[in-house]
Amino acid sequence: MLLVAVVLPWSTLSLPGLFEGPLNSPGTLQLLAICLVFAGLALGYDLLFGRAGLLSFGHALYVAAGAYGVDILVSHYGWQLWTAAAVTVPAAAVLAALLGSVALRTSGIAFSMVTLAFAQVGHIVINRDPGGLTGGEEGLPLSSAGLPAMFTGVVNTVNLYWLALAFLTVVVLVVHAIDRAPLGRTLTGLRDDERRIAVLGLSPYRLKLLAFVLAGTLAGLGGVIYALVVGGASPHIASSELTLSLIVMAVLGGAGTRWGAVVGGFLYAYLDQRLARLGGSLPGPFGEPLFVLGTLFILAVYFAPGGLASLGSRLEPLRRALRPRRPGDGHPAPVTDAV
Amino acid sequence: MSTVVLLALTGLGLAALYFLIASGLSLVFGLAGVLNFAHGLFLSVGAYAAWTVSESWGLAPAVLLGIAVAAATGALVELVLIRPLYTRHTEQVLVTVGLSLAGVALLQSVWGADARVFPRPAWASSVVSIAGAQVPADRFLLIGAAVLVLLGLLAFLRFTRYGLVIRAGVENRDMVSALGIDVRNAFTLVFTIGGALAGLAGILAGMYFSSISPGQGASLLIFAFIVVVIGGLGSVTGAFAAAVAVGLLQQFVNYYGTAGAGDVSVVALLAAVLLLRPAGLAGKAAPA
Repeated sequence: MLLVAVVLPWSTLSLPGLFEGPLNSPGTLQLLAICLVFAGLALGYDLLFGRAGLLSFGHALYVAAGAYGVDILVSHYGWQLWTAAAVTVPAAAVLAALLGSVALRTSGIAFSMVTLAFAQVGHIVINRDPGGLTGGEEGLPLSSAGLPAMFTGVVNTVNLYWLALAFLTVVVLVVHAIDRAPLGRTLTGLRDDERRIAVLGLSPYRLKLLAFVLAGTLAGLGGVIYALVVGGASPHIASSELTLSLIVMAVLGGAGTRWGAVVGGFLYAYLDQRLARLGGSLPGPFGEPLFVLGTLFILAVYFAPGGLASLGSRLEPLRRALRPRRPGDGHPAPVTDAV
Repeated sequence: MSTVVLLALTGLGLAALYFLIASGLSLVFGLAGVLNFAHGLFLSVGAYAAWTVSESWGLAPAVLLGIAVAAATGALVELVLIRPLYTRHTEQVLVTVGLSLAGVALLQSVWGADARVFPRPAWASSVVSIAGAQVPADRFLLIGAAVLVLLGLLAFLRFTRYGLVIRAGVENRDMVSALGIDVRNAFTLVFTIGGALAGLAGILAGMYFSSISPGQGASLLIFAFIVVVIGGLGSVTGAFAAAVAVGLLQQFVNYYGTAGAGDVSVVALLAAVLLLRPAGLAGKAAPA
């Protein structure tokens, strides 16, 4: 899959219906870059939701912190992109640490509500445009003065694509490293039975805070990349709808699995944008991307509780039944790790 | 002085709106354990149903129809979507999230994304003079409706058999089922009541803001969530007290502070309450 993503910008292949124009045209590359960013954001969120079992409704806040942070520093204060990013991402981590330390004193639904409320404050503040910093409802376009030349201009869209791919790779490496480390197993244990982890002498609060800060940092980084790819920040990325869509992505793909959230995020972002483009030509409610995605999501919760990642193992009995029987083929096939 | 009176009554009007939404949410959460993100959808459904027929039927029948449609939506959602996922709380929350996304989009595709002008009775547009303050009469409509609903709900919960089952179910659901009472019927009932109250709130919100839009329910819902958590999940009187506190705080701080400070102070209040009394004002035990 990664190989396809690397080769893609050199391909002039045209897939009519799926993309407008050949694969290496700037429009398609930007669409793909956005999909990659969301794949990374969804996997980062899944570190909280699928692995540690923390249903946060405020993840958008840290994405917005990254996007607006870098946007404000570059556009208003004329900082260089790299210094702005180097300040913004740690700032998002500190914000996550501060708010997380308060929110994690509650658990369950109360935790969800507190994170939702914190994020809502962020959304309100951004909409009110304090001191003309955030641009209010209009959003804040990223001024190209502080950007390196490689990220400006339509010709250089391919570099944004590389950047998005690099971001996704970083998130995948971090999350998979955590999965393999003892920390990952402890987080899963926390999700399944918090009391047990406490009895083992570990501090659930500290572990959860660690996961919260890590996810917040990845979200901040994702926000920076997002602002670069779409050329600015808008209040939408601070809204609770963004968090809800991250949840939808994670669940649709398969929460807590290795690749589920990545696939879910990529597909969701793709469908969201394509359906919006096709909107006018589809009949009735199908012209609304959220109607299609919301309905798909509900169906997925009912009929594929493990998300897309679980479909493989769910179809396994069917495949085995259809396979022609040979002598010695009686024992079940080894189960893949998609659970 | 007159400013204070006006602000207080406007704040109470807002509080009335929050209470109408929060009381249904609170009952649903207290009994069925479902955090209902689709509640904002019930609100919009009721408002749009009333708006559609208000031209031809007149306002009073339109209001009744709006409430009935919202109640039916609540019952339908419980029967079709929530019931099969009984005891799987995370999935239930996810389904209501999906429903709120899809439902608002559906409303948008039928009625368009733009706000519609909502009709109101002529007397609600008039202005009443109290203690030197010129107060729009629609505030009293909202406050009156909320007080009636509060009294009605309390009477229903205290004096009827279903009310008894609901109160007992909020306290200990497993015990009620063990006594041979089908709690699931009570689930449908609280969803219907919640839907009806949300429909009423949607119509009153339409009169208060004099317009309706598909996303209106969702934006009111967040403050209703805050009211529910501050009041204590499952408590109607707690929701009432919290709604009054939130509505007044929001109005006064928004007027005397900078724009948006009121909304922020409400969240600060939420954080303070959760840290000092994690189960809310009227909370007994912390929800699992």
